[in-house]
Amino acid sequence: MDLFLDALRQALRLLLSGDPYLWRIIARSLQVSGGAVLLGLLAGIPLGTWLGLARFPGRGLAVALVNTGLALPPVVVGLFVYILLSRQGPLGALGWLYTPSAMITAQFVLAAPYVAAITLAAVGSVPPQLRLQARALGASRWQALLLHLREARLALMAAVAAGFGAVISEVGAVMLVGGNVQGETRVITTAIMLETRRGRFATAIAFGLILLTIAFAANAFITRVQQAQPRRRRPLTS
Amino acid sequence: MEGEFVRRAGEPLLVGEALRRAYDGQVVVDVEAVEVCAGVVLALLGPNGAGKSTLMRLLAALESPDSGRLVFKGREVSRDDPELRRAAAAVLQRPYLWRGTVAENVEFGLKVRRLPSAARRARIREALGTVGIGHLSDVPVDTLSGGEAQRVALARALALEPEILFLDEPTADLDVTVRRQLLADLEWIVHHTAPAIVLITHDPGEAFALADRVVVIEGGRIAQTGTPAEIFEAPATEFVASFTGAEFMLSGTLEEAEEGTVIVRLDSGHALECAGCGEAGRRVRVAYRPEDVVLAPPGSPSTSARNRFDAKVARLHPQGGLVRLRLESDGLSLAALITRHSLDDLGLELGTPVVAQVKAAAFHVFPE
Repeated sequence: MDLFLDALRQALRLLLSGDPYLWRIIARSLQVSGGAVLLGLLAGIPLGTWLGLARFPGRGLAVALVNTGLALPPVVVGLFVYILLSRQGPLGALGWLYTPSAMITAQFVLAAPYVAAITLAAVGSVPPQLRLQARALGASRWQALLLHLREARLALMAAVAAGFGAVISEVGAVMLVGGNVQGETRVITTAIMLETRRGRFATAIAFGLILLTIAFAANAFITRVQQAQPRRRRPLTS
Repeated sequence: MEGEFVRRAGEPLLVGEALRRAYDGQVVVDVEAVEVCAGVVLALLGPNGAGKSTLMRLLAALESPDSGRLVFKGREVSRDDPELRRAAAAVLQRPYLWRGTVAENVEFGLKVRRLPSAARRARIREALGTVGIGHLSDVPVDTLSGGEAQRVALARALALEPEILFLDEPTADLDVTVRRQLLADLEWIVHHTAPAIVLITHDPGEAFALADRVVVIEGGRIAQTGTPAEIFEAPATEFVASFTGAEFMLSGTLEEAEEGTVIVRLDSGHALECAGCGEAGRRVRVAYRPEDVVLAPPGSPSTSARNRFDAKVARLHPQGGLVRLRLESDGLSLAALITRHSLDDLGLELGTPVVAQVKAAAFHVFPE
């Protein structure tokens, strides 16, 4: 217990002292996971919107595939991205292996299904009459679709938080494709592994606290959004 | 050409020709022609599931028909035609208000039409004032009651100053007092705002009160088109008669036909004198409206009514200010609708004898 409390005290001191090693890694984590989520939004929102609104044969299978994407093991994703980016791989010429670009790619593959699945649910929860009503007031189909997305915006923000929460805390994929190179590809999760192995528990705990804070903030946001939903769903008829 | 279009009351603004729409092989709409005229309130009247809302979506170019065409100001248009989209506005059944305030909801269609913000503000103020909710302008929509929400939906369409306003069951799902108030406001709105109004309703009373012309729809097809008086006084089919409140008697046979009137011998043996004509020997059904049955005390002098029955009161059903009576006359059953005041004046109770009189013109004869 003493070991843990000492480590915790040191961790807080490290965080407050503004240790550059610590903050560089935190910045890299935010950059990689933030970039992956941003790309995940660019791909996941249109895909989720399309799957949520379109009706076509095989849609059920496509939805099931997206939902399966939520359970992708990060280490397996890391393995495939590693093979893709390795010297002999189809994208080897990019020279991305062991760079933040490779880590963003791997985390993008993990984040995109989260964003798509939550977007799909969010878009599907808005009654289709909304778009019909918008068009009945003179909106083009594009304007009606934008209004539909605007109605689902709170849930879409949850998609951002869920995607970010999924990737910021994963270690398998970034370790494989990033290699945990100091000053280059070391992020919070890979740093925790390394520092623990080195026996530098205070630093590992400091990183752990940061990760917990980020995960807590993301989840607090999702909870808030979910609690806001029932109020919005109140029927408008008496 | 568009500038040359002169809006005159009665001139067709929008015409749907041979519109047909099926879902999963089931025909939902199959109408020969519907004309939406400037300055006219047109009601599409029919029971739930008759295809009224689908027909409205086809007319408003919100949905494409499987076949047929839509002509707006003399030009054939297709789904989402921009000119028709901007000229028309629709209030859908169970309107969906989007997040935000009442004013933001009303502003939507104005923004889509790229109106400058000062003009938008003026239109919002005017539209909310018209439907009597000017004080709710900055209120979030999720705090509104059902009646207020319906008014916001109306204001959202009225603010666009449409040439054609579609109203799909505007008073459905509202409680009686809110409905009555909204109907009164609608009556004002239909006569003071958009030049052409298409009102979709399942309520004959609402259609007859608000519309200049009524299209009665049965199973996706037009059963009758006419003024409220025409439809009420001369229903074209059994369905129209029954849907607009008529009662049916037993079947019978046309016995003899004079000029303008026929005698129908009911299967119960009673003879009815009815307005109309037809071949003797033909099987028919006879309908009448309970409010056309005039009651008098026994022994009272005959009136001009050609049908007179000595009856007894078999049942009494109070309906608010009115009372529905079931009368029995020697095996013939008749319904009558009178006021509570008349009931008291005539001293009617169960078993009381009474004379029921019906004019020949009040009996509508349909081939069986």
